[in-house]
Amino acid sequence: MSLADQLLQYLLTGLSVGLVYGLVGLGITIIFNATGIINFAQGEFVMLGGMIAVAFVSLGLPLWVAVVLAMAAVTTVGLAMERLAIRPLRGASVITLIIATIGASLVLQGGAKLIWGPEAVKLPAFSGEVPIRIGAGGINPQRLWVMGLAALSVAAVQLFFKYTLTGKAMRACAINRSAARLAGISADRMVRLSFAMSAALAALGGVTLTPVALMHYAQGTYYTLTGFLAAVVGGLGSGLGAVLGGVMLGIVESLSAGFISSGYSKAIAVAVALIVLWWRPEGLVRKRVL
Amino acid sequence: MKTVQSKWIQVLTVSCLVVAVVVTLCLTGCPPKPTPGPPTPIPPRPPKAVKPAPTGEPIKIGAIFSVSGPASPLGDPEKKTVELLVDQINANGGVLGRPLGVIVKDSKSEPTEAVLACKDLIEGEQVVAIIGPSRTPTTMAIKDACQAAEVPLVSCAAGKTITDPVASYVFAVPQTNALAVEACFGYLEKEGIDKVAFIYVANSYGEDGYNNAQAIAAERGIELVAVETFGGEDTDMTAQLTKIKAKSPGAIVCWGTNPGPSIVTKDAQTLGIDVPILQSHGVANMKFIELAGDSANGVQLPAGRLIVYDQIGTDDPQKAMLDEFAAAYKAKYDAEPNTFAGHAYDALWITVNALEAAGEADRAKLRDAIEQTQEFVGTAGIFNYSADDHNGLTMDAFVWVKIVDGKWTLAE
Repeated sequence: MSLADQLLQYLLTGLSVGLVYGLVGLGITIIFNATGIINFAQGEFVMLGGMIAVAFVSLGLPLWVAVVLAMAAVTTVGLAMERLAIRPLRGASVITLIIATIGASLVLQGGAKLIWGPEAVKLPAFSGEVPIRIGAGGINPQRLWVMGLAALSVAAVQLFFKYTLTGKAMRACAINRSAARLAGISADRMVRLSFAMSAALAALGGVTLTPVALMHYAQGTYYTLTGFLAAVVGGLGSGLGAVLGGVMLGIVESLSAGFISSGYSKAIAVAVALIVLWWRPEGLVRKRVL
Repeated sequence: MKTVQSKWIQVLTVSCLVVAVVVTLCLTGCPPKPTPGPPTPIPPRPPKAVKPAPTGEPIKIGAIFSVSGPASPLGDPEKKTVELLVDQINANGGVLGRPLGVIVKDSKSEPTEAVLACKDLIEGEQVVAIIGPSRTPTTMAIKDACQAAEVPLVSCAAGKTITDPVASYVFAVPQTNALAVEACFGYLEKEGIDKVAFIYVANSYGEDGYNNAQAIAAERGIELVAVETFGGEDTDMTAQLTKIKAKSPGAIVCWGTNPGPSIVTKDAQTLGIDVPILQSHGVANMKFIELAGDSANGVQLPAGRLIVYDQIGTDDPQKAMLDEFAAAYKAKYDAEPNTFAGHAYDALWITVNALEAAGEADRAKLRDAIEQTQEFVGTAGIFNYSADDHNGLTMDAFVWVKIVDGKWTLAE
């Protein structure tokens, strides 16, 4: 493979991995803006999306039905988590709520292991697995689905916050909750909505990833950590920032695996993230645009 | 305000406790699903005349497996195998006329948990021997403690450091990485491939494989043109494989356990890499084929006979016991036993046979009897322990298998 072909392949890989980091980061951001807490169960939503879709497919349902049902189921889980783990703690400190999300993630992980066992599972690819040749390398068509759907949902979320009344109400809550209340916005409803949205986004990531990246009950932690890092690098509170942060991390990781050492690629990505934060403590995207 | 705060603190404490309890239950406490199933149509092993029901105090053996945590795909079938075998053994007269009781502890895949479990088994339960743990790090954590307490340990982990240097009370049953790497490089040499890329998972299993590969490659005059690693949770290995492809190796050797190696295999296909892919015996189970899908076809590896038990000749000394074990396991759990189930089988039977040979449940006599194990036909091969070999297997433990049309196929 020529150097140019390799570079192209690294960028493509970085983009596809990074968009997933960004998608999880976006979900973390949405909940952060509504509640001020970091949801450490976000990766568990990704895992559940994949696992539930596999369960529905093994029941004999068509793939797309399974995908839609899995998203619906995970959205319900997100709402249930808000109701059972977050709402009873209303008025508690932020750190308490964050601990509650960690507890929820352990419950979801343990539950997934009890139901589906410890082994990794796989979902059929959406449109076959014949690789698409690009230069001397190639890409799995499923990764195009991952990238396309991630990009699409990021755009949809941006439009939602910018142009719909509910989206604007959520932003108002994020900017100043008391003032938003005075204007007649139900902050509780916005919190619920934020959990539903971010669970659905994560589930979408999970179901599209499972055919290529596989899924097992303990995989959620990986997505939480990478998504959290993406959200922080992007400037906690900015959805666009989280996505940019994710893509940046993905590309740095892939380039350093290619040109430096695969053993250190993650360390290099985290080091670059730290440098970014040192240079811009407010993250990549300065303004809260959500 | 203060009272409201304290009320919430109470609520929080209670809910944290509930969460903790639920988690603990999920991770450890829940009993395995009752799977009565049809009565096993297989005569229990060893097929001898019906013995009287065992009486008296049970003989206690401890078992430490990674029932939960990242290594649970290993620990789960190991625990199931032990439960299956204990039932069989007790239905067939027990050990030394007494019932066999195996106390299974969960190491949660953590060395510290393994140490606690080991202490409890030795001092609390007063077991006569311990089988497991499932992995090298958990085994190494308790190796010295078992040696010091003079309790025989029969490990289910493959790391070379477990039995090299030999500790008199510590044994192991899996085929070692050293043997598997030798089998792979023997194949490469035979095929005349002298430029090889090596990619391994960044944990002790992968590193052990790599260290062996480095030594053997130098010995055989095979050049490692690319050495790459991947993380156990990684979801995309394209970057590493792109680098490998650019070096044009004659073959790729991958050292890891699921799911990483299946992603390596898929991504290699995506990149259009058409050189042979060799995997370690760590992926020798149906799961690998299921996960890697179509791309698994053509993958080759050295493996124990368990995964091709239906293809080996009837003259093979392992054939009968493999058929029997697989049928009993399938009848009870509706799944094929994998390599790890096999390790638990070997470890428990070696211990039980040695107990019978020792004639009494005494730790020192049991150790001597285990060391004297000769020609034991197990799932991993035929074991011959000796004072300076506590693994007891040779290259004969492996057969060369290739995946053809989504099936493990015995190759020549």
